[in-house]
Amino acid sequence: MADRRVTPVHVGEFQEEGGVVLTSVDAVINWARKNSIWPLPLGLSCCAIEFMAVAASRFDMARFGAEVARFSPRQADLMLVAGTLTYKMGEACRRLYDQMAEPRWVIAMGACAASGGMFRSYPVMQGIDHIVPVDFYIPGCPPRPEAVLQSIMALQKKIEKDSPSRQILRRTAAPVATE
Amino acid sequence: MEAFPDAGIEAREFRGQWWIDVPRERVLDVLRLLKEDPDLGFVFLNDVTCTDHPEEEPRFRVVWVLTSFSRKERFRVRTRCPEEDPVVPSATPLWAGADWLEREAFDMFGVKFAGHPDLRRILMPEDFDAFPLRKEFPMEGTRSDRQWAKWVLERARRTEEGRP
Repeated sequence: MADRRVTPVHVGEFQEEGGVVLTSVDAVINWARKNSIWPLPLGLSCCAIEFMAVAASRFDMARFGAEVARFSPRQADLMLVAGTLTYKMGEACRRLYDQMAEPRWVIAMGACAASGGMFRSYPVMQGIDHIVPVDFYIPGCPPRPEAVLQSIMALQKKIEKDSPSRQILRRTAAPVATE
Repeated sequence: MEAFPDAGIEAREFRGQWWIDVPRERVLDVLRLLKEDPDLGFVFLNDVTCTDHPEEEPRFRVVWVLTSFSRKERFRVRTRCPEEDPVVPSATPLWAGADWLEREAFDMFGVKFAGHPDLRRILMPEDFDAFPLRKEFPMEGTRSDRQWAKWVLERARRTEEGRP
């Protein structure tokens, strides 16, 4: 970590003289990221069946580069929580999120994942945002596949606005700045 | 079919299916007879479950649902147990499959099964402190989401740290 640390001088040079460079780097990174969102389908109930429809040929998530469903959190960018999250399952959900490499995003698919849905009962978590940060909520019980595709497109727009190179510089420079 | 050697057994028919009420001391004998008598042949245990009747005394009814493939019939055996002493005999010596069914009944109602090899909670977390299908338990539970979220995060952290 110490070897990769960038001194404030270097960051300053980048920001003052390399604005164009960084913006171009950002554009390239964002382009790559937004067209290869590998989802981790955390299929907990019936929404998982609808997710299969999103992935299958009629709706075809591959058009957005998101067809590579990974069942390992270490290879995934997007956790798609599809279904009812119980408190007991919450631990698994949180650990999967913790094991994902950054950048990572979360979509709460369906009424249950977004708010607990119709289950105001003792084992059901009232929305996954109690334990993981959520980027997009999809309503519906289950949502139409188009709604899921729209959330993926919205996520692509969100990724476009990101500035990954600056985040990386800020993160590596941060320990120096606080000294 | 009601030719049981026991006293204190009540039998009724409902829509062509029979159920009997048995004192809990004799339940295992009755179940064994139903299973092992070749004329009856109730060899399959469908379910072990429980119902809660807070206004009645004794409070809990435990039900064993059996199927006889030779007779093509179903049969229910019921017994009762009070809240202060919620213990009924376990059917695990007769059916190994009773194991998880009884754990579920224990988890939801707090009815204990004497002779069960491993009576733990099966659906709710181990440290849960109530029996959620009892009538007095509120539908939405007793812990707030904030408390649950804290519990989830704490558990996730502990599991992650406990890894080798």
